[in-house]
Amino acid sequence: MAIKSDKAVKISQKHLLGIQDLSISDVNYILNESKKFIKLNKSKNKKLDTLKGKTQINLFFEPSTRTQSSFELAGKRLGADVMSMNIVNSAIKKGETLMDTAMTLNAMHPDLIVIRHQDSGACNLLSQKVNCTVINAGDGRREHPTQALLDALTIIEKKGKIQGLRISICGDILHSRVARSNIYLLTMLGAEVNIIAPTNLMPKEIEKFGVNKFSDIREGLKDSDIVMMLRLQNERMNSSFLSSNREYYEYYGLTPDKLNYAKDDAIIMHPGPMNRGIEIDTNLADDINKSVIQEQVEYGVAVRMACLKIFCE
Amino acid sequence: MKKKYFINANIIDPKNSLNEKGGLIINEEGKIEAAGKKVNKNNIPSREKYIDVNENFIFPGLVDMRVFVGEPGYEYKENFKTLSNAALSGGVTSVVTMPNTNPVIDNVSMVDFLKRRGRDKSKINIFPTASLTKNLEGTNMTEFGLLQKKGIIAFTDGLKTIQNSRLMSRIMNSACDLKCLIMQHAEDSDLAKYGMVNDGIISTKLGLQGIPDVAEKIIIERDLTLLEEYSCRYHISQISSAKSVDIIKIKKQNLKFSCGVSINNLSLNENDIGNFRTFLKLSPPLRKEEDRLSLVDGLKNKVIDVIVSDHKPEDEEQKRLTFAQAASGSSGIETLLSLSLELYHNESIKLETIIQALTSNPAKILKINKGNLDIGNDADFCIVDINKPWIVKKDNLISKSKNTSIDDKKLQGKVTNTFVNGVELFKL
Repeated sequence: MAIKSDKAVKISQKHLLGIQDLSISDVNYILNESKKFIKLNKSKNKKLDTLKGKTQINLFFEPSTRTQSSFELAGKRLGADVMSMNIVNSAIKKGETLMDTAMTLNAMHPDLIVIRHQDSGACNLLSQKVNCTVINAGDGRREHPTQALLDALTIIEKKGKIQGLRISICGDILHSRVARSNIYLLTMLGAEVNIIAPTNLMPKEIEKFGVNKFSDIREGLKDSDIVMMLRLQNERMNSSFLSSNREYYEYYGLTPDKLNYAKDDAIIMHPGPMNRGIEIDTNLADDINKSVIQEQVEYGVAVRMACLKIFCE
Repeated sequence: MKKKYFINANIIDPKNSLNEKGGLIINEEGKIEAAGKKVNKNNIPSREKYIDVNENFIFPGLVDMRVFVGEPGYEYKENFKTLSNAALSGGVTSVVTMPNTNPVIDNVSMVDFLKRRGRDKSKINIFPTASLTKNLEGTNMTEFGLLQKKGIIAFTDGLKTIQNSRLMSRIMNSACDLKCLIMQHAEDSDLAKYGMVNDGIISTKLGLQGIPDVAEKIIIERDLTLLEEYSCRYHISQISSAKSVDIIKIKKQNLKFSCGVSINNLSLNENDIGNFRTFLKLSPPLRKEEDRLSLVDGLKNKVIDVIVSDHKPEDEEQKRLTFAQAASGSSGIETLLSLSLELYHNESIKLETIIQALTSNPAKILKINKGNLDIGNDADFCIVDINKPWIVKKDNLISKSKNTSIDDKKLQGKVTNTFVNGVELFKL
């Protein structure tokens, strides 16, 4: 199946480091391309040769299941040679710095480096030192642009639009790159965004990004079209951000009665991995009439194919 | 040494309330013989040669109260020789060095080493501090008395804060008995844990852990509360926020202490960090523009006594990392005066106030006879073309480390000559 893209449209950036760098036409270009790949991914023959001869290196410094496999699959379906670096066995463990690793990989002439790193800004640093395109697969708590793009795509597929929707994002906003990228993207596309979190997990001055903030989930969910739940990062528990999982679930976990405050046709999203019974009721998570969590994963591959294709051109 | 005559200068010597056109005479011993308007062409013996300063400024040599030197342990970042050369090019003739070396300056034998190195390798006056606690661990006091006798000028844990209130009260008592100067880097370590930048919109945007301004305020308030009970010579190394200025302003009404500010916090704000510029990872962090303006105001109103460079040389390897991994601090001794002059050129602060905060105020706090043009005193001074435009280029820095926070910045005002003991050690 041949997919042709609009030749006139071009992306404004060399790298995909964050939603903050993208213009609205960049975003629409990526989303439109992604839609074509949704169809392809459902067809029998999923392989293209768009990136034939190109080399893609996945550099994951943090554990990841869905993002890493999604990027790997996206690259392979487009015909690229994909290499996933196993950081556990690499020279990083021997004390090599990110810059030196970058220079080493650069010498192998890759066309794309997909990086996930625990430090905010790691992808920016990398992009300054390598010749190829850098795709951010999550840096610290700063940005996770492809996640936001796949979330936007999911919303568009389900609701037909983003403009004018009320979208609530609930959970550990402070440590979440998904929340940040989504805030930039969804406000850019004209949604009204509500941010719900206990004050300990709310970033400073978040309201300056044009969102409404709530510490009461019921108020925040009121009349929402989309309810996006984030993973509670359990590893933070011992730092006294919260008293306990069960109290968190009581006040911030998504349950049927809290969901009643949202619109009747509201859909539930979650970037995964989920903590069932902590941030979300397990039955709600599996409710195919409300939850689109599986679709998010599915569209994730499409969005990443579009990003790899567009940024590699 | 021959006698030297300088005429046709604008002389500012805040200690002697001198701000006038005139000249300077340096005697054969390198001491100041006369300064001010009484020195002019007409009263110089006709056979003597004189130097026409062309209406440029003469300031006393700057006293920089917060300087990190790499000796011992980090000589690859900065040694006494490279530090001296960098300092001289910026008109700085006396520095107070921090004890955060490897090993730490926390015992008498280390002081002997420092004194020897300072004497042999340095061209400027080195006033070393020792740590407040052994190995900077914040638990056991160092020997203030013995160290002071060996020539330690003040005590500080430099980059670290005394967190334990009981220890702080005992430090203050000892400092009172022994009449020594305590300098505190004010930051609550729990509130500032893992912090890298100001807690606010920039920390949210860049996804970096923030340091709230109350982390500074809480230590200042605690120390000043203790100081009411345990009076001693107490100095806050540097402050960064409007909240700190406010509390210091109130407390200064009935309590004696002093406080400094880094030229970085006076000139830059958090927005300058831009796209993860690690050279602007500083401690205390750069804060909001309102904080900066409040600091400028504090300096103007004498709430803040001293401007420091907070010169912290770091090599490329420590800065070519992600923001979280990069070392904090910037190299700033050679741009201290020029950057301070920006506050004069943009009409924020009077020239005399700036020079006072760079010369006589630090000298007074340290109780040293520097930073002035007293008759008979060592002729440490600099000649400055306060209007000369230039651009900071990190590769042109004299310091061994190039981590300037103001790379490519356009400045106005440059030191053209620096003298120590009457000898010209720097010429542009």
